Amino acid sequence: MRTIRAVAFKEIQIYFSSPVAYIVALIFMVVGGAFFVSDLGNPFPEASLSNFFQGATLVMILLAPALTMRLLAEEQKLGTIELLLTSPVRDWEVILGKYLASVVFFLFLLALTSYYVVLLVVFAKPDPGPIYSGYLGLVLYGMAALAVGILTSTLTSNQIIAAVVGFGILLVLSLGSSFISSALTGTWANFFDQLGFGGHFNDFDLGIIDSANIVYFVSVTALFLFLSIRALESRRWR
Amino acid sequence: MSAESIPVNGSPAGEIAAEDAMIEVRDLTHYYGPMPAVENVNFTVRRGEILGFLGPNGAGKTTTMRILTGFMPPTRGSVTLDGFDVVEKSLEVRKRVGYLPESVPLHTEMTVTNYLKYMGTLRRMNGRQIRRRTEDVIDVCRLGDYRKTLIGKLSKGFRQRVGIAQAILHEPEVLVLDEPTIGIDPIQVVETRGLIQELGREQTVVLSSHILPEVSMICERVLIIHEGHIVAADTPNNLAQHLRGVEQLEVEIGGPPAEVLPVLRGIEGATEVSHHPRPGVNAYRVQFLEGLDLRDEISRTVINHDWSLLSMQVNSMSLEEIFLRLTTSESDEEELV
Repeated sequence: MRTIRAVAFKEIQIYFSSPVAYIVALIFMVVGGAFFVSDLGNPFPEASLSNFFQGATLVMILLAPALTMRLLAEEQKLGTIELLLTSPVRDWEVILGKYLASVVFFLFLLALTSYYVVLLVVFAKPDPGPIYSGYLGLVLYGMAALAVGILTSTLTSNQIIAAVVGFGILLVLSLGSSFISSALTGTWANFFDQLGFGGHFNDFDLGIIDSANIVYFVSVTALFLFLSIRALESRRWR
Repeated sequence: MSAESIPVNGSPAGEIAAEDAMIEVRDLTHYYGPMPAVENVNFTVRRGEILGFLGPNGAGKTTTMRILTGFMPPTRGSVTLDGFDVVEKSLEVRKRVGYLPESVPLHTEMTVTNYLKYMGTLRRMNGRQIRRRTEDVIDVCRLGDYRKTLIGKLSKGFRQRVGIAQAILHEPEVLVLDEPTIGIDPIQVVETRGLIQELGREQTVVLSSHILPEVSMICERVLIIHEGHIVAADTPNNLAQHLRGVEQLEVEIGGPPAEVLPVLRGIEGATEVSHHPRPGVNAYRVQFLEGLDLRDEISRTVINHDWSLLSMQVNSMSLEEIFLRLTTSESDEEELV
């Protein structure tokens, strides 16, 4: 436990002392804010965060790889991985520590958006249910996206490659599957809809907390973290 | 003189009682793709011994060290450290090893103290141990003025000290140092060597170097590695003795060189005589076969001819020459093949 905390704490410190993270936060707030106010032009604007949630999932396709690309790729590039892996630390502790750091930073970003809720409550009477479920969905969605980023960062020592490949995987999972699904009918349409992030997230946005959707995101997260641990272990067997 | 006459494995110096052995390497082979980086390497390191790997760049020193520290598995063969197999019991091995990789990879965005605390936690030390040992190693490595400095702002020499500090932080039983004195200034080199000798009193130290005087100065035993093979293993002194196949005398004689040279060449046992005039002195190098001592004969001859004998000394080969001879004889053989 202490080793996971040490790895995570070190990465969190680097997040908050590096410009990249602040740029990421800025982009997240600007784009998220634009989606939040996008409904105001309507004659009958809805007092909800739905637009923001939908926008945030799109932004995360870009931001998750940006947040995670450094975590393992840089250690491999600089050779510090040699001291990390020759310390008595298990591979899963390394991956989990790095991953938790990115999750903490992501939660920090979400915390920044809490003033949207304050604005809604002050100026209107929003339905609280979809706000809770939407945030829950966004957290699960973000955690899965970050796990994808961790895997690509483990596989290469080049941060750019890690980010681009992560972006590609997330693009396919988030938009690609919905796109394919819409071009098909019947069982296959349903299959691709269930495969991707989009369909599972939409339920949360509508205020539905379905255990199947929670299981889906937790499974995707676990799968990518498991693959990352295996990828890191494989360095010892190659 | 070929490498075969040098004791490699199974020599008296190589036989170590099992309970004395800290590191045992058996038939170690590692391939990078189709190329073997090390092939069938065998050696044993005693508890508390300082062992030096000597070899040119690319000889397989770093590969061997990475396998010893559990960073990479061997392709074939076994390595045990304190009885633990580096592959099967990797975690136990890593608990007992302190490692300084050749490139001294450090987290440049951390301060010296924070970095050491971080490494301490990774080594599973508790808070009290970390505080005590951090102060200890900062003291030992003379980093006192740089506690709060970012590692990225330190010079190469100081980074090297931080690298050593993290390696000894958890008081490991085995210290593996890959080229510990490369790229630092001469004063720091002397300090670092002293520090390693100090550490070697209590810990088992394995270090690599391509600097010969360094290895002969610090190490109790030397393994010369060349192209992935151990070509010699012994104490620095023994290595020098075993290789002294041809001995050489340097003599300074007062007398006309034109007369002296043929006379020296006429001495029985002398294989080669050369003349090296220096200002005011005529020096000669006389090579003769191993086991003979020509000093008596030469001094008599000189006096009989009424010349004056100004000086005479035996030149034994330095480790540097041994190293060159071993590594070049290997490549000569290859050319023949």
